[in-house]
Amino acid sequence: MIQIEDLTKTYVMGEETVTALDGVSLSIARGESIAIIGPSGSGKSTLMNILGGLDRPSRGRYRFEGDEVARFSDDQLADFRNRRIGFVFQSFQLLPRLSALQNVELPMVYAGAAPRARRERAAELLERVGLGSRMGHRPNQLSGGQQQRVAIARSLANQPDLLLADEPTGALDSATGVEVLGLFQKLNTEGLTVVLVTHDRGVADAARRRIAFRDGRVTEDVRS
Amino acid sequence: MSGASPAEIVRFAAGAIIAHPLRSGLTSLGVVIGVAAVVMMTSIGLGAQKRVTDTISGLGSNLIIVTPLQPRTAGGVMGGAGSGQSLSDADTVAIQRQVQGAAAVAPSVTGMAQVTADGANWNTSIVGVTPEYLEARDLTVASGRMFDDRDARQGRKVAVLGPTVVTQLWGEADPIGKRIRIRGAPFEVVGVLGSKGQSSFGRDQDDLILAPLETVRSRIIGRRIKADSVQTIYVKAVSEEELGTVQEEIDAVLRAEHKIQPGEDDDFQTQNLASILEASRAAIGAFTVLLAAIAAVSLVVGGVGIMNIMLVAVTERTREIGLRMALGARRRDVLTQFALESVALSLVGGLIGLGIGLLGAAGIAAIGNWPFALPVWAIPVALSFSSLVGLVFGAYPAWRAARLDPIEALRRE
Repeated sequence: MIQIEDLTKTYVMGEETVTALDGVSLSIARGESIAIIGPSGSGKSTLMNILGGLDRPSRGRYRFEGDEVARFSDDQLADFRNRRIGFVFQSFQLLPRLSALQNVELPMVYAGAAPRARRERAAELLERVGLGSRMGHRPNQLSGGQQQRVAIARSLANQPDLLLADEPTGALDSATGVEVLGLFQKLNTEGLTVVLVTHDRGVADAARRRIAFRDGRVTEDVRS
Repeated sequence: MSGASPAEIVRFAAGAIIAHPLRSGLTSLGVVIGVAAVVMMTSIGLGAQKRVTDTISGLGSNLIIVTPLQPRTAGGVMGGAGSGQSLSDADTVAIQRQVQGAAAVAPSVTGMAQVTADGANWNTSIVGVTPEYLEARDLTVASGRMFDDRDARQGRKVAVLGPTVVTQLWGEADPIGKRIRIRGAPFEVVGVLGSKGQSSFGRDQDDLILAPLETVRSRIIGRRIKADSVQTIYVKAVSEEELGTVQEEIDAVLRAEHKIQPGEDDDFQTQNLASILEASRAAIGAFTVLLAAIAAVSLVVGGVGIMNIMLVAVTERTREIGLRMALGARRRDVLTQFALESVALSLVGGLIGLGIGLLGAAGIAAIGNWPFALPVWAIPVALSFSSLVGLVFGAYPAWRAARLDPIEALRRE
């Protein structure tokens, strides 16, 4: 599904040029479950941003289902993020003014879905993550684990090809973290490709493939 | 691929405004005040125009007023209108004979005098006129009669009173046939004028006495003026279309009569009411535009207020913007959402300001006994102008929002 070749990302910070990714090549097949691990500054977040279409590489190729994503325009990238990618963030990133249901509807609004259809789909997704009784609640009325499940429901709204989760358990206690990881595993067994970015070995063990990063390079790529 | 529908973007913008009612209200306040000020100024200006129109039309229709004018002296100083004595009975006769379109030619002299009757006294204007005066000035006689040419020829001391004079001297009683003394000279009251009421400048138009021209000239004004001098000649044109022609003819007749050589200045002045009206209206119109323009400055200040708050909002909601982008919002969607927010803030402010402005103008009209004029065009202008203010001042904050880097924006705390 994904082929990346010689992917390089450099930032200019003041007078220094920082190399966040240094010629990374790898491929990801449909249905895989991958953990990207490494200390902070290793380049794992940069890779995730490029995979998710939030950032463009400085050099190299990023092919997604045959499309050269590195050459997409801003609007094409917006649509790519909207249709192909589901994001789950460490800090949930729910809009506080909106109810759980409205938060889940948001990606479908930008996809141009009809109000009734997207409301039904959002309700269905919230049922699936076990929040059927909490649809009208605002984020501040929900626990951390519940908020992250709303975020997961939102990431699934437009039936993405790839789920990208950045430290998804980082803000949760360990019991809730295990629940959320279980949810990712369940989604993966249903066929969704899941990429988790983490610095937590325990979280990484939940994935079937582990890619370790250091100084912008892949140091380890193992399947368990 | 369709993208977010406009209705949804409107909903996002409205949601953000409603989320902070107090802040939104204060943000709009600048535009509220600006629009209210513009509407109020325009309405008051229109009211003033209406009032002036009423006043001037009240002088009589199709009227041309001829007054003496002292020719420019060597120093270039000009005497005020009416200060000269260049008009005489001969001019009246010349205009009557030679000007085709003149329906009525009415010479007059005016003086102030003390009037006494049955122990009461009153100080009023004594206007010496000919019977044509009624027609020229659109006056009517409510009771009794107007004096005629025979009264004038015989030098009879008869008077037609304005209603105010009657009330001041006798109260309710019928004054016809009663005797009054003007500067000690006895006059007989033969008629009472119909009321013209208060002029809109507050002058009582009913406070006067009409008497034959010759009598007033010799008895009341006396030696201060030449025996055949008149102060004002009122000429009523047969129709509005003839006004210009009649005025030109009067000018020509009087120049010939006064033997004014080509190139020399006139020693009289003709004014037609239409042009006086036009000049006053133009002056008030210019003044209104000036006032409205000053008021419009506050609208700009209101716009700056909106821009300020929208910049704060973009900073505060950086994470929201980043998230929306991550979820698939295009830059255009973000731009539209923020631009709509400022347009909506400004437009709502404009609507409220319009209401306040109209109420204020009506209030001032009621208190000042001033005609209330509704500037109909001001409604679309106020609304489109306030939308424009929102758009212009919201454009930069919205552009800033749309240019945000989603990664940076998401990372912001």
